[in-house]
Amino acid sequence: MEALAALWDGAFGSPFAFWSATLVRATPLLLLGLAVAVAFRAGVLNIGAEGQLLLGAAAAAAVALAFGDAPRLVLVPAMVLVGALAGAAWSGIAALLRRRYGVLEVISTIMLNFVAAAMVSWLVRGPMQEPTRVYPQSSSFADAAHWPFLLNGQRLHLGFALGVLAAWGLWWWLEHSAAGFRVRAVGGGARAAASAGGVDVGRTISRVFLLSGALAGVAGASEVGGVTWALYEGLSPGYGYTAIAVALLARLDPRWILVTAVFFGALDAGAAAMQRDAQVPSVVVQIVVALVVLAVLAARYVHARRLAQRAAPETA
Amino acid sequence: MTIASALALAGIRHRFGHTLALDDAHLTVAPGTVHALLGENGAGKSTLMRIAFGMLAPDAGTLAVQGRPVQFRSSADAIAAGLGMVHQHFALVGPMRAVENVALGSRGRLDLTATAARMREVAARTGLSVDPDAVVATLSVAAQQRLEIVKALVRGARVLILDEPGAVLTPDERADLDRWLRQFCADGGTAVLITHKVREALAVADAISVLRRGRSVLEAPRADVDDDAVVAAMTGEALRASPAKAGGAAAIRGLVPTPSAEPVLALDAVTLRDARGVTRLRDVTLRVARGEVLGVIGVEGAGVRELLRVLAGRLAPTTGSVRRPLRVGFIPEDRLHDAIVPAFSLAENLALADAGHARGRLDWRGIRRATADVLTAHDVRNGTADRLAAELSGGNQQKFVVGRERRVGVDALVAENPTRGLDLRAAASVLAALRDAAARGADGPAVVFHSTDLDEVLAVATRVVACFNGSVREVPPPTDPEDRTAYARALVGTL
Repeated sequence: MEALAALWDGAFGSPFAFWSATLVRATPLLLLGLAVAVAFRAGVLNIGAEGQLLLGAAAAAAVALAFGDAPRLVLVPAMVLVGALAGAAWSGIAALLRRRYGVLEVISTIMLNFVAAAMVSWLVRGPMQEPTRVYPQSSSFADAAHWPFLLNGQRLHLGFALGVLAAWGLWWWLEHSAAGFRVRAVGGGARAAASAGGVDVGRTISRVFLLSGALAGVAGASEVGGVTWALYEGLSPGYGYTAIAVALLARLDPRWILVTAVFFGALDAGAAAMQRDAQVPSVVVQIVVALVVLAVLAARYVHARRLAQRAAPETA
Repeated sequence: MTIASALALAGIRHRFGHTLALDDAHLTVAPGTVHALLGENGAGKSTLMRIAFGMLAPDAGTLAVQGRPVQFRSSADAIAAGLGMVHQHFALVGPMRAVENVALGSRGRLDLTATAARMREVAARTGLSVDPDAVVATLSVAAQQRLEIVKALVRGARVLILDEPGAVLTPDERADLDRWLRQFCADGGTAVLITHKVREALAVADAISVLRRGRSVLEAPRADVDDDAVVAAMTGEALRASPAKAGGAAAIRGLVPTPSAEPVLALDAVTLRDARGVTRLRDVTLRVARGEVLGVIGVEGAGVRELLRVLAGRLAPTTGSVRRPLRVGFIPEDRLHDAIVPAFSLAENLALADAGHARGRLDWRGIRRATADVLTAHDVRNGTADRLAAELSGGNQQKFVVGRERRVGVDALVAENPTRGLDLRAAASVLAALRDAAARGADGPAVVFHSTDLDEVLAVATRVVACFNGSVREVPPPTDPEDRTAYARALVGTL
């Protein structure tokens, strides 16, 4: 009981807990959840959001450090853009491997995560290390590269607004645009999309890879620009993997990802408080979360099988 | 009966959902003979043999092996009773060695040395040799087939069931297999050959059985039949009562439209080779005009599938030229994989047809309206625009697909076995939809229609072409409309 109270307080107990802890932690989960969801909707199992985030973060940090004297109005959009491009480039490798050589993206993206983590480690000890050469991190960004806060006195930053905008945009795109519909059609049945609709499946899949990577890259830019103001080694505590749960729990629906990302952000913030105030290890929360996700997925799988059985053809 | 039969099935009935796959099918195989089981695609051959091999339980009917009545609960029971089956698609594990594949499925301790010894013993006895240590994936297709037979023999099979064994073999390999089968039967074994290739069957069999639409229509010693008789039994000249025919052929011939001068679909010297370099279509030249229903007939592997896909723009020819309108409606055979997304709503499935070239924003309201129109016009029961396609029955799904592909602005319509798996009423309504598409004459689309059921083709088509071995030739209409000989000959390439 005490632990639960600590968990709740840590997530929602005060304005600070909500606006500066829960939502700040929800921000990367939101953008990454969208990245995972759009890929999964096309049947592309992009497990590489983590790596794409790291690349986006490194690229945005490089821009922030190189052009620190540029005005904020130029610098921040440039960080978003460069972060997106870097994330897309990273997922583009997996896209190319799949299209050219048929490499499964589950394998390639997860491998690229390790490469990305190693690259960031090297950057913060080599070319991007702070001038005293003591700490494995970059210099802190100039003020112009700090993303604007959304509320006075709270740490909630521009990244969250971008995430909300992206969620709405992605939902609209998937439901109401022809290109988004192609993505859903390829995920729903690639053969039918190609045969009945003349959809270029290979091209659709490649584009989804790039979009997914770009969203994850923006999440990386948002972390360095809005939270850390420098490039660190342990920038992400596995946000890219948590995002898979965020997306799946939301049934890959961008509107619900807003909800599940905040939910996971709250758990994350609350778990830290619980460990601090009630001496309950935060992994307990992770275990409970994992069980919830498994239960939800299992229930959905059973439902899908029922549906499939009803659709079973009468032919042999 | 003086001789006990090696394998006997009687009064077999089996139902898949709404479709009666087998109805009073029977088969009596005398010991020491090669018995060919013939029938068109979907006639029920494979279902009957899966029942014989214990993979399916019949709804009614009896089985006997070597004169003893049996009831199989699984294929393990059938193997124990001395049956062996070689599937068309081999059940082999590619990366494993031959001996491991043979040992697979045996119980208790895995003794590869003993298994290899038994393989050599089978080789010595029957002449079928496969290197026990060869990795299966490196073996030729013929050797893999040999391995399947060895596998069955090592397990003690005395009755071998072979499903379309000729489909994967070269003519020489086929001849080897035929020779081996005759020797196997001369030594006391028994073989059942499932095929739809009349000539292959007649070349090797001692007796012939024919299934048509789930019923046994012919069972006779080889000496008593010729290829015309077998083809007639397969295609149904022997069975006159056919629902598709009622009023069909005569009605449509009455209003044979004057095809407009300009053909809508035109193929010139089209040749198609598949990924493995096998020629699927050779030098095909073809014209289809508005208001025509071109009926395409041909057995599996004859090139029908490829011809329809080239006409529908789903396959590009290797050489030659294709002229076709921008939008061709296509009704593929495998509805659930190639035509619809079961987890999508019907409105979404309608939008699917334009997904490839749609731009910008989708007008869902208009799409829903159009869906509702299709559902009404084609009598799709229980359908609303927001219902999932998976929630409809197969027949209603197909009526929806036909309606979608016929939607306004389509200049050509290609239908591949559109009545497959449908009950009679749904089938009749799908055929009617094709008929009245064409009945609109110069305003209607050019229709290309293939069915494995000759009756259906003749009921709907205004002109018939036959595929054989990748070549396409027109079958001139016989003077007597009831005479099927020309069609039957075209199917086996002897026109």
